[in-house]
Amino acid sequence: MTPPLAWYLGLSAVLFAIGVLGVLIRRNVIVIFMAIELMLNAVNLSFVALARSTGSMDGQVIVFFVMTVAAAEAAVGLAIILSMFRNRETTNVDELATLRW
Amino acid sequence: MSPLLFLLLAALTVASALTVVVHRNPVHSACALVVTLCLLAVFFLGLDAQLVAFLQVIVYAGAIVVLFLFVIMLLNLQVEARAMAGALLVGTATAGGVALAVLVVTALRRAAVPAAANPPAGFGETAALARQLFTVYLLPFELTSILLLVAIVGAVALAKK
Amino acid sequence: MADVAITAAKSLFIVLLVVQVMGLGVFFERKVSALIQDRIGANRAAILGFAGLGLVNTLVADPIKFLLKEDVVPAGTDRVLHFLAPVLSLVPVLVTFAVVPFGDVLQVGGRTINLQAAELNVGILYVLAMVSLGVYGVVLGGWASNNRWSLLGGIRGSAQMISYEIAMGLALVAVVVTYGTLDLQEMARAQGHLLWGWLPAWGILYQPVACLIFMTAGVAESKRIPFDLPEGESELISGYFTEYSGAKHLMFMMSDFVEVVLVAALVATLFFGGWQLPYLLRDGFHLPWGAALALPSSAVALLQVTSFAVKLVFFTWLQIVIRWTLPRFRYDQLMRLGWQGLLPLGLANVVVSALVIVLAGPAA
Repeated sequence: MTPPLAWYLGLSAVLFAIGVLGVLIRRNVIVIFMAIELMLNAVNLSFVALARSTGSMDGQVIVFFVMTVAAAEAAVGLAIILSMFRNRETTNVDELATLRW
Repeated sequence: MSPLLFLLLAALTVASALTVVVHRNPVHSACALVVTLCLLAVFFLGLDAQLVAFLQVIVYAGAIVVLFLFVIMLLNLQVEARAMAGALLVGTATAGGVALAVLVVTALRRAAVPAAANPPAGFGETAALARQLFTVYLLPFELTSILLLVAIVGAVALAKK
Repeated sequence: MADVAITAAKSLFIVLLVVQVMGLGVFFERKVSALIQDRIGANRAAILGFAGLGLVNTLVADPIKFLLKEDVVPAGTDRVLHFLAPVLSLVPVLVTFAVVPFGDVLQVGGRTINLQAAELNVGILYVLAMVSLGVYGVVLGGWASNNRWSLLGGIRGSAQMISYEIAMGLALVAVVVTYGTLDLQEMARAQGHLLWGWLPAWGILYQPVACLIFMTAGVAESKRIPFDLPEGESELISGYFTEYSGAKHLMFMMSDFVEVVLVAALVATLFFGGWQLPYLLRDGFHLPWGAALALPSSAVALLQVTSFAVKLVFFTWLQIVIRWTLPRFRYDQLMRLGWQGLLPLGLANVVVSALVIVLAGPAA
């Protein structure tokens, strides 16, 4: 007996909420990025569960695209963090909040 | 996947996700993220999505988190003194996160969830995914390749001195 | 219940086979290197006067020495990561053998058992996934050593591994395009027919360039000479695993040799027929000039497993000879070879293979 769809969607909701929590409470910009990846993965789980439930492969194709976009975003985001670190010597978002100084 | 196994793996996934956002050492957070991603790949295997499960391990756990680890090591990030925001913000955010989870779960329980049908033969296999990807979703596929090219060029340009 | 027992038996068999070949590889490393360098090699350790040409030294004395050494953890370092790094290096490589087929089928008591521990229809992707996970052992091992040269070795080693993963992936894409399947057992079976009536249709005839790329990328993945600058035995002592002693050092070295056996197993399966013995079909030999020799199915299975083991030993030996023959690449030469040499070559190979498939039909 496979677990009902609602369980998978519930797990996805909990993981998404944990990701949102991470973005809000952590001060290190790289950990914030990791929490964003967690949110994207929670959504991936939703898509795959719904694809299985409706029997259509479209959900898995969307997951493929989400993974690709997440990879591109992680690469560019980390490059931005690297260049900001070279300027400011800090990864604390409170100190990176303004573009001056 | 039996319900007992699902509950066990779900508990482990939530625990490692909490470790990602709570632990003070960024390297440990990255390792916990790898564990979370591999557990999610196991869930995908249980949902008949074999190709997507292994792509998750190859792309996410095997490349993206390695990139995170490289950046953490290049910047030599240590355990920081003030890892989290002030108590007021932590309290509000936790309440907000719990409220979000409760909201979504309640909405799901009231929604008309479609009954799980038996998937067609060859579901989740490479051929089925490829058939959809190269016919219906051909335009997004080509655009994604351009996106990746732009991302590579942008990352190299930004990270050069 | 019987299915679980059968899968457990197959897994145990393949792990034992791999560990035996790995032990043989370690022995070859010392003896073949000695022969190449015109010396005798280690042969002093003996049990009751029996030294066994150095087998006792390599396979009995060395492991006992490693396991009994003190486990030194450097001060001020992350103990959890220091403990995890060797495990993360060894486990993904060992687990990859679950999809390597070591025989065709075994008919036992009315059951037809497919001689492959895990029958995944995305076997090649599983191999790539586990190779990707092997990077963590290197990068965390370098970080957890609290030693800036180990960290440098770790970063270089992991950068090298992820660069050559791409070349390996492209070689595998060409093979997948040729056979039309991702399952390793189907690929091994597809190499059983004969070309022009007498030549076994092994993968090397269809994809010679991919074999070369895969072999090069495989040797680079396991960071063996000529690609061992991150380890650099004569300069950096051990690079990213300098600060590991005792059992952890043994695990890192084991993962090195198990990866050698893994590359050997994959080259054998993808390009040299895997468990196929030329002219041997499921019911016996069918020689090209018309003669046939009928054999019981268990004898056929035994011959196929033996053929696979012989190919494993041969390619392990080949990698060891390559190690002791070639000088080391400098790091920038290594990266240039990976990105500006193997990557375009792999892409061109995929395009040409796809063209040939469209024009002439698939190989299986």
